[in-house]
Amino acid sequence: MSISKLDFLKFQADSSHILSQRNAELCAHGPILEQDIAITNITLDLLGQARNFYQYAATLSGDPVVTEDSLAYLRNEREYKNLLLVELPAADWSYTVLRQLFYSVYQYLVFEQLEKSTDLQIAAIATKSLKETTYHIKWSSEWVIRLGDGTEESHSRIKKALVDYWPYTGELFIPAPYETETLLGFDLSALKYGWLKQISAVFEEAKLSIPENIFMQTGGKTGVHTEHLGFLLAEMQHLQRSHPGAIW
Amino acid sequence: MESGKAHIMEWLEEVSDPEIPVLTILDMGIVRDIKVEADAIEVFITPTYSGCPAMDAIAFDIKLKLIEKGFKKVKVTSVLSPAWTTDWMSENGKKKLQEYGIAPPQTRSQSSSQQRINRMLFAEEEAVICPRCKSNNTRLLSQFGSTACKAHYQCNNCKEPFDYFKCH
Ligand SMILES: [Zn+2]
Repeated sequence: MSISKLDFLKFQADSSHILSQRNAELCAHGPILEQDIAITNITLDLLGQARNFYQYAATLSGDPVVTEDSLAYLRNEREYKNLLLVELPAADWSYTVLRQLFYSVYQYLVFEQLEKSTDLQIAAIATKSLKETTYHIKWSSEWVIRLGDGTEESHSRIKKALVDYWPYTGELFIPAPYETETLLGFDLSALKYGWLKQISAVFEEAKLSIPENIFMQTGGKTGVHTEHLGFLLAEMQHLQRSHPGAIW
Repeated sequence: MESGKAHIMEWLEEVSDPEIPVLTILDMGIVRDIKVEADAIEVFITPTYSGCPAMDAIAFDIKLKLIEKGFKKVKVTSVLSPAWTTDWMSENGKKKLQEYGIAPPQTRSQSSSQQRINRMLFAEEEAVICPRCKSNNTRLLSQFGSTACKAHYQCNNCKEPFDYFKCH
């Protein structure tokens, strides 16, 4: 099994997994019951997608000690390959919905390519996930529009989220060593235009504009993270670290 | 062997979806194949949604049922392709859903991914029929209901809120 493919599977799994952990912070804390349920459902989808990638990575590793659980709970910060965007804390609801839009549109475009993969398991995971991601895009687009084109207060809140999160969107389309065109079968950087087009369409209705000339942060894909990931992993992995092999 | 398979399908008809108990796993269309060899059996199921928490419970219930029916070795394997769609739900299943108070998914033709995203993005909502008074004057409250597979609707006519098993 090629190391690159394993790395790519872990990267995909880690990104959805970390975002699901971040979103799960809202479980029972959503602004209203229906939206609490919505974000929790999206979170479950992301966790399910992460599991599909972890399970396949575990199978391909050929190492019986490696399981979806060991990949999720027993790797440290530098081994995690998730996008920086998904590990950042969300200051309020506007951060949550804006990040979901950025990530879901990115996922959609990547899965559309992976659906054509010669690796049939990767293609199957992508096809399965695409249906779910479509709902996530619709939901997050509506929220970004509602807040952006809402009150003065809601507009200023989501504008702040945009300023804080935008520098982390460049990384989505900068290929890591395991994401070259030869390895993936498509040019990742070319998907950026489709992504910008979709985000711009939502922004137009939300009365927001794409920030220009912003320095883009990178590092997550190769394990160089912000200070936030360590804290997140500490909480998420605590049980398996303290009681190895615990099940219920 | 074919008659054997028919028996097994009857037994699987006794396994229901833990989240929508009126539906059996056959109604849901999640059983894709079975392979029998002497006293060993492998059942292939496909998840409805990637993160559906009912899948683990369903796999467990299938094992229990088949062990109860005398199989010594039961394996449940999850297959992702082809991806599950509500079009695989049986007509009888849709009828049972309706009687249970959940609006069943509407059948529709397959569409390309671009059509899919266009429809999802800014398109109008599907006209869903109220399972209680049969009015089609209903409105979407939330795309996400009590489980991933359902959306939350309200009837403008009889005012009752209800779940809609959304097309997938
Ligand atoms: Zn009604």
